[in-house]
Parts: sequence; structure tokens; C-alpha cells
Amino acid sequence: MAGASAKDVLMDYDEALERFEPVLGFEVHVELSTATKMFSAAPNPAAHGADSSVPNSMVAPVDMGLPGALPLVNAQAVRYSISLGLALGCSIAPSSRFARKNYFYPDLGKNYQISQYDEPIAFEGSVEVELEDGVTWTVPIERAHMEEDAGKLTHVGGSTGRIQGADHSLVDYNRAGVPLVEIVTKPIYGTEHRAPEIGKAYVATIRDIVRSLGISEARMDRGNLRCDANVSIRPRGQARLGTRTETKNVNSLRSVERAVRYEIQRQAAILAAGGSIVQETRHWHEDTGTTSAGRPKSDADDYRYFPEPDLLPVQPSPELIEELRAALPESPVAFRKRLQADYGFTDSEFRDIVNAGVLAELEATVAKGAAPAQARKWWLGEILRIANARGVDAGTLVSPIHVSELIALVENGDLTDRLARQVLEGVVAGEGSPEQVVAARSLKVVSDDSALIAAIDTALASQPDVLQKIKDGKVQAAGAVIGAVMKAMRGQADAARVRELVLERAQA
Amino acid sequence: MPDASAEITVADVQHLAGLARIALEPGEIEHLAGELNQIVDSVRKVQEVATPDVPATSHPLPLVNVLRADEVGAVLTQQQVLSGAPDAFDGRFRVPAILGEEQ
Amino acid sequence: MSDLIHWTAAELAGHLAAGDVSSVEATRAHLDRIAEVEPDVHAFLHVAGEAAMARAAEIDRLRAAGEAPSPLAGVPVAIKDVLCTADMPSTAASKILEGWIPPYDATPVARLRAAGLIPLGKTNMDEFAMGSSTEYSAYGPTRNPWDLTRIPGGSGGGSAAAVAAFEAPVALGSDTGGSIRQPASVTGSVGVKPTYGGVSRYGAIALASSLDQVGPVSRTVLDAGLIHDVIGGYDPNDATSLKDEWPSMAEAARRGAAQGSLDGVRVGVVKQLNGEGFQEGVRARFAESLERMAAAGAEIVEVEAPHFEYAISAYYLILPAEASSNLAKYDSVRFGLRVDPGRSTTEQVMSVSRERGFGPEVKRRIILGTYALSAGYYDAYYGSAQQVRTLVQRDFTAAFEQADVLVSPSTPTTAFRFGEKVDDPLAMYLNDVTTIPANLAGVPGMSLPIGLAPEDGLPVGLQIMAPAREDARLYRVGATLEALQDAEWGAPLLSRAPELGRPVPVPGFGTEPDGGTR
Repeated sequence: MAGASAKDVLMDYDEALERFEPVLGFEVHVELSTATKMFSAAPNPAAHGADSSVPNSMVAPVDMGLPGALPLVNAQAVRYSISLGLALGCSIAPSSRFARKNYFYPDLGKNYQISQYDEPIAFEGSVEVELEDGVTWTVPIERAHMEEDAGKLTHVGGSTGRIQGADHSLVDYNRAGVPLVEIVTKPIYGTEHRAPEIGKAYVATIRDIVRSLGISEARMDRGNLRCDANVSIRPRGQARLGTRTETKNVNSLRSVERAVRYEIQRQAAILAAGGSIVQETRHWHEDTGTTSAGRPKSDADDYRYFPEPDLLPVQPSPELIEELRAALPESPVAFRKRLQADYGFTDSEFRDIVNAGVLAELEATVAKGAAPAQARKWWLGEILRIANARGVDAGTLVSPIHVSELIALVENGDLTDRLARQVLEGVVAGEGSPEQVVAARSLKVVSDDSALIAAIDTALASQPDVLQKIKDGKVQAAGAVIGAVMKAMRGQADAARVRELVLERAQA
Repeated sequence: MPDASAEITVADVQHLAGLARIALEPGEIEHLAGELNQIVDSVRKVQEVATPDVPATSHPLPLVNVLRADEVGAVLTQQQVLSGAPDAFDGRFRVPAILGEEQ
Repeated sequence: MSDLIHWTAAELAGHLAAGDVSSVEATRAHLDRIAEVEPDVHAFLHVAGEAAMARAAEIDRLRAAGEAPSPLAGVPVAIKDVLCTADMPSTAASKILEGWIPPYDATPVARLRAAGLIPLGKTNMDEFAMGSSTEYSAYGPTRNPWDLTRIPGGSGGGSAAAVAAFEAPVALGSDTGGSIRQPASVTGSVGVKPTYGGVSRYGAIALASSLDQVGPVSRTVLDAGLIHDVIGGYDPNDATSLKDEWPSMAEAARRGAAQGSLDGVRVGVVKQLNGEGFQEGVRARFAESLERMAAAGAEIVEVEAPHFEYAISAYYLILPAEASSNLAKYDSVRFGLRVDPGRSTTEQVMSVSRERGFGPEVKRRIILGTYALSAGYYDAYYGSAQQVRTLVQRDFTAAFEQADVLVSPSTPTTAFRFGEKVDDPLAMYLNDVTTIPANLAGVPGMSLPIGLAPEDGLPVGLQIMAPAREDARLYRVGATLEALQDAEWGAPLLSRAPELGRPVPVPGFGTEPDGGTR
């Protein structure tokens, strides 16, 4: 295994910030959810509901670089890219073009990636991001350009599924050619101790923007949205920028925050010890919360870009740009203000939701019919608890539609809160929708009075002393009967209803 | 900044062969270095007239905005995809261990 | 039936329509001819054999039912191995693609099939179309039917030799810097490079994407026009395909032949494409052609194209650069040759496979192109070459203000001998000096035979060039000149080619008529 991640020496975070100034930069790749790929009419595995589980089943000739095959630009991907560029406050280039980025790698069917180089579709923008305490921060955007994704490699024979030590690798080109927009920030200065938080908020904002545009599934856990974090630090008072590292594989919002923090601490320790930072790619390891050294930047990074001769320049008309601009949804900040008012949440209630990174999920849950307060209760309660325990983003556990279904079941009296938590467990475990879990686990509240009455009569008959007490007006004695009935019903009864019926039957 | 008028050395050719992923034999490298110098000396002529006021042309005919509707079309079957594979396993192409990392 | 192979495609189509010959007979006759002369010529890498016969029988049935898909239905055709064919190996004459059968037909091939033409097989070429002699084919060179010790031109020497040796009436070629026109010139046949974007590149194994163009190879201008009409026109699978409505090239050829006059046609002689370095007999025939055209009423004007002398340098930067990228896909992962030295990494296997799978010229150009694009050199080489491209285009624009068509000798010399230039890349590259400007500018060009050089008795070709999208002018002027020549000579030039063939085919060499591939 390359790099000695476990042995990295870290400087205390506060001390690191006292002595060094961090400078951040991000490259975020967004997989667009178009129906087809960037340059072929093969179905796009990143489209909503696509199933790419059969390897090499979503491949057109150009995706695997077959001789004679030619690329064709997806018009919808261009529209999505322009919309995203506009939402990032960018200028849209009157003429942009594709270029070939040449390098050999088995996941790249042609051994070049069609990307954009000196003429990206969008450039010079900025994004307002809101931090946990409500402060807003402006992140400057350098460019957003269109490109294609690579295929997927599976490394076989190594102990960890990683590339090192693998005996051989398997290549699946389903993902090859998925449309991507790469968003590149300018260096982000002045973040100081809030650098990790700003990084997380930036990526969360990008995610919210692409979701509100409806151009990507934006699931970080599924690779729809991928973040490379560039971190450098420089001693206080130094004008020259420090050497930066590029941390890849940062696949959750939590990881963005942790990876930035880790790199600041690691680099600070090296510089403080008189060492120097190596310009390199580093890999984030979610499990250990560390980064490890990857490929050093070198001469090998000579990508020999040149204009893609198989494709023509893209020159969006001013009319198209204005049409897409007019159709832009409100910004995430404006959207949140409106949502907070609609839902009637207090500032702090609302901030909790945003900070937990579940606003989009909550909104989708409400859109499916759940009451805002109920949706908030579930997302910030049980779901967040499980997410934190597992160290994943809450949105990856369960879909909003399932949460709204669950809430409806409780509202209808089909489930008690306690039962609903069990159902949620089943949904998270992949057992299906709440209805399916209820059916499979037989968890429904018994709302059939005759079944309850039968159980109550049995219980009362076996406890004549209790029956007498109730008849004598000592209603608190009913508790023992209720307990017995709930036990007989294996908890799947509404206790309040049982109580009502017990009192009724006792007087009968 | 490399010097475009400098001689192409054996080391240069070795480097280029690495970029182009061709395991040239040592004799080939030496031979190629000589030939490349000869060819490059000749084609360098383009610099004589490529003054800054001349725009570059990358396509012979100036088309723009050639776009495809986002509609699913023909796709290869997995069998077709793998039909020419030197080595395949479990529906995927198999390659020996990879040295370098993803870019 | 020996006449049958000497018929042009137009003549054969006429006989097929009249019903006095069947496609089965025509196809059999050509397969027999292939078996007869291939030991000498080696124009084919693969012969379709029974598949061709089966398709011919099918076309005969369709014709009998009144459902012939086009006037050319049943006419055999040879296909350059650079074009993908779903039923035949498509190797671009490289070891790295040996035996590879694509899952699709190239668009021009699909259109020929849809029109009912019968693919006879795949023709030889320089590996990945890099070369001017077929000496760089990984499967051995094709020999010139006029003199078996000489090259048939390249890269499309196989297609040109096949039509010149009467193995096929027509063929497909591809032209990146002259690969259709130069072989046509040195074999006494006709070849056309259409306007860039006029014929789809989909399924043509790419050499240099911004220069490649597929086109017809034939023995007459009319035949080229007939094939051009079938393969040309918009193809949504190629982003660089033109959406123009094209006039019929065959119609233009028929009109030109019928008119017999060039009244009012301004013929521009490109000063920079004649003179020093051109063989004496080539210049003589060229001058004679100008006189013939002038006598037919053409106005001959001299035009300047000052930047054409830079074209070859620009070409040998742009082509290798694009090729180095286009040929990166041959890496032993998804298709093609894999050479595994054992206990190796993927990187090593790729490098060794490419070392073994590519021939010397391909490697030379890949390395050159890698150099031209590499960090720090881009502006000096690739960038400058793209600027020269602009200057060449401007020269064409200016020249076409003075002339309707431009002419030059198609090649500086007649066919040279094997081995003469194979070890001298620069000398080999100079063969393309006349043909390259058209590719850089995307304009159409034709080569047609204009006689034999007195000193060696070998064919000389005339190149005609027209403005982009004006391909029909080539056919109109070319057919007029061809008709005047034929009237003067009493027979086409190719009738003067030496007899080929042996009484008994030698088995096991070249191709087997039953569909074997070497």
C-alpha cells in the first residue's frame, strides 16, 4: 500500500491555523442525468432509475473506442451544462469546443478523454454558500466544462479491492461516456479556521444547485457527484502559495470536511518539522479518516491536449442562453428562506436541518405529502441517528418517498412510532418499501377490535382480581391487563385503544 | 519552456515512446531519433509563415453546433462488446495488474 | 465472358438491367479473375468468395422480382481494408487488428450494400493508411499491374490495383493526403477525394480525422460518379458530415462526356504544383492535357498558391498528431493483438503489444505526433501547422476567384520501384506534395489518367480540384477530358496495360477465392 497514512503526524488544528494560512480549491465532477451518454446514444447509467448492474450492457461503439466509431454531442447535456454554468453565475462562452486529453488507462476506451481545455462552456462565476451559523461565504468559480466519464475497474486478487497488490483487473465500460460537468474553483483564500466547514458547505451547495436544476441525481455515495479537494497552506506572512495536494475519493459531505481538516494538520506538521510538501494526488480513506499518497505529479502528466477533430465548436445562441437563464430555479439561499417560511420552522430548527445535510430530503418528503414537522422529526431523529452511527450521509440510507410513506402509515394509525422505527430499520436494510417491510415482518397495528376484545376477555378472565378492581373504579389496575394484551398482540396494537376497550369490557 | 529548435535526443524519444506506450527496442530508438531530427528539421518550415495574425484552422469546413437529440439509440450487446476481447471474465474485460493509478 | 471483367460498372449495370448477364455470372467472373491475377498483384487481403456469390444470387432473385434496389445492384465492388465491414475482417493492413471483425459496417459500405452492390473483398493498403506505396502493409505489398516491380501507390494501392487489373470494376478508397488520387495516378485509374464531409467517415478506421475522406476508385469518371452518388450525402453518425443537397455526380459526368467541350471553363494551373522535381514525362503529359483542354475551349490561367509549399510540412505535423491520438485505442484491452511477455503489468502488456503490433512507419508517425503535441512544443509545431492550414485555404479561395477548377499533375513521378523510398521517409512523404493541399483545405480532388510517360511507359495522372462542395465540377470537366482522350486514342488508357495472369492460379498465395484470408 502506497503512502504511510497510518503514520502521518498531525499538528493540533488550532496550532496549525495559528501558524499557517490554508488555501483551498475544489474540482467537483457532476454526472448529468441525461437519457443518453455525452457522445453516444447508449443509455446513461447516471439517468434516474437506470440499472447498470449488467457489466458492458450500456455500451455504444464509441464508448469503448471501437475503430471507426465517432462521437456525437448530446444536445441535452449541453443545455444542462449551460444551465449549471448560469446557476454558478458564470459567463457562457459564445464559442466553446472539445479537446482530447491523451493518456493511457484501461478504463478509457479510446485512451483519450474528450474534455474541454482552453475553451470551456462556462467561466468566471461565483457561488454563495451558507455556513452553519448562517454566515454566507462567496466561493469564486474559475470554470465549468463538459467531459465524459471513464469506465469502472474492479481490482481482483488484492486483499482490499484496491489497485495495489491486485492480481488483475476487470473493466466495465457502462460508465464510460457518462456526461460530466467539472466545476473548478479559483483558489479560496481567507477561510482560516472555517476552511473545512466552507469546503463542506461549498460541495453541499453545488449538490443543492444541481438537484434544484434537476440535472443530476447528485448522490455522492453513488459517484454522481465527486469531489477532489485541493489544499495548500503557507506560513503566516508568506505571499507565495504553498505546494498543494489534491485529495481524491472524497465521497460524502462529511468527508469533505474531514479531508480538508486532515490535510491542513498533516501539511502543517510536515512544514513545522522542516519538511516540504510533495505535489501529489492523495486518496481519502473514509474508514480510517486519513489520506494516503498517490501518484506524484510528473512529466507523465503531459496530456497533449488538442482540439477534438471529430467534433465541432458549440456556439449557444444568446436566445438559448436567455431561455435557460429564465428557467433557472431560485438560488439555494433564496430557496431556503422561502422553504423555512412555508414550513414554519424557527431559525434554529431550520439550521439544524441544513447542517444535517437533509434539507433536500426533507423537502422531497414533504412534497410527497408528509407534514413538515413529521418529516423533520424523522430526518433529524431516527434516520440521522443511524447515519451518524454508520458514518454516512443520511440521504444515502432511505429515500424521501419511503419516509413519507412511513409517516403516512403512522398518521393512519397503521403503525405506532415504535413499530415505525422497526419498519425504518427494514427499509434501510434494503427489505423494500415500508409497505413491503410491514407485510414481510407482519408489523401492522392490530386495529381489528374483535381480535383485541378476544384478547382482553381472555386476559380479564385469567385475572379476576384485576377485573374486580376495575369494576370497583380502580382504573389504574387496568395497566396489568393492557400489558398482557399488548404482549399477546406482540406489540402491534394501539395501547390507547386497548385501554379504552379494557375499561369497556370490564364494565360489560 | 522546451527549446523547439533543439536536437531530439535518444532520451527524448525514450520519453515520447513512454507517452505513446510503445516499448521501442534500443536500436529502434536510436534510429528514430535520427529520422525524427531529419523530419522535424523539414516540417519546422511551418514556423516561417505562422505569424501571430494568422488564425488557426482545425476543421476544413467551418461547421458549428452539430448536436444529437438525447434519445436512446442502438447499443451493443454484451456479447458484441466482448467479441474481440483478448481476455474477458464475467462480462468484463480482463487486464493484468495495473501499475499506475486513475487520473 | 472475359469481356465481362472489362466492362465498366455503368456498362455492367446496363447488361444486368437488360438481363443478358446475371450478377452471379459477373461476380464469378471477377472472383475467377482475382484467383488468376492475385498471385501477381496481391490487391486483396480478404476475398469474400462464397459470401459474394450468395449475395449476387440474392440480387439476381430481387431483380427477377422487379425489386433491384438500385441501377448498380449486382455490380461487384472492392473495399479498402480501412473501412469496417461486419462480415469481413477489417484490419487497416495492421497486425494489431489481424482478424478483427467489427460489429458494424462503415456508412459508405452500408450504402453500397443497400444499393445492392456485391462486396468482393477487402483491399490492401499501407498500414493504417500511412504510406504511398503499400510497402508498409503488414501483409506484404500490392504490385502495380503495369509493372509488377513497381509500387501501385498508397495508401490505397490495393483498391487502385484491383480496378486497374480488372479484379473489380469499382472500389472504395480513403484519402488523407492523396491515398485515393496518387494510387489512381500511378495505376492509370480514376480516383476521387470528395469534399470533406461529403462522404461519411463513420466506420472508416481513423488516421487523421480532420483530413480523412472516403471516395470512389474506378476505371472511368462516370463509374466514380455512380459510386459517389451511392456513398455520399449526409450521415447523422458523423458530426462533420455536410447536410447539403448534392447534385448527381454521375449526371455531371454524363453531361461532361456528352458536351465534349470546355467552353467557358476557366482552368487554373497551380504554379507551385509543377516544375522542379517533377518527372519530365509527367510534365510533358500534363502540358499536353492543358493543350487538349484549351483546344476544347477551356481558358487556361496560371494561378499562384504561395503557401502550398508549406502544406506538406503542415500535413506531416497535423497528421501524426491526430494519428498518435487516434491510434491510442489499439492497446490490447478491448480488441486486437495482445502480446503478454508474462508476469507483466497492464502498462507493459500495452507497450509490448503496440511495439509488436505496429509497423515502423506507424511507430515513426505516432512518435512524431506525440512530439508535435507534447508540452511546450504544441505552439511551435501543431499550432503553427493549423495556421498554415488557414493560409492554404486562403490560397485556394484566391485561386478559385480566377479559375473554376485547378489542375496539376497528380503526382510528381510515375510509379517508382519497390524499395526505392521505403527507407527514406522524407522522400516518401514528398510523393504527396501535389495532393496534400486539397486535404488541408477540405476541397475535392480527382485524378484521372492522361497518358503514359514516354521514358518509362507508365501512367500519368491529372489532378483536378474544385472549391468545397463543387465536386460535380470535377466530374463534369474530368468526363469531358476523358471523352476527348478516348476519342483520340480509340480506347481507354488501361487497354494498353500489359496482360496479367497465368493459366493456372497458384494456390496458397495471396487469396483464396472461397473466402480465405491471409
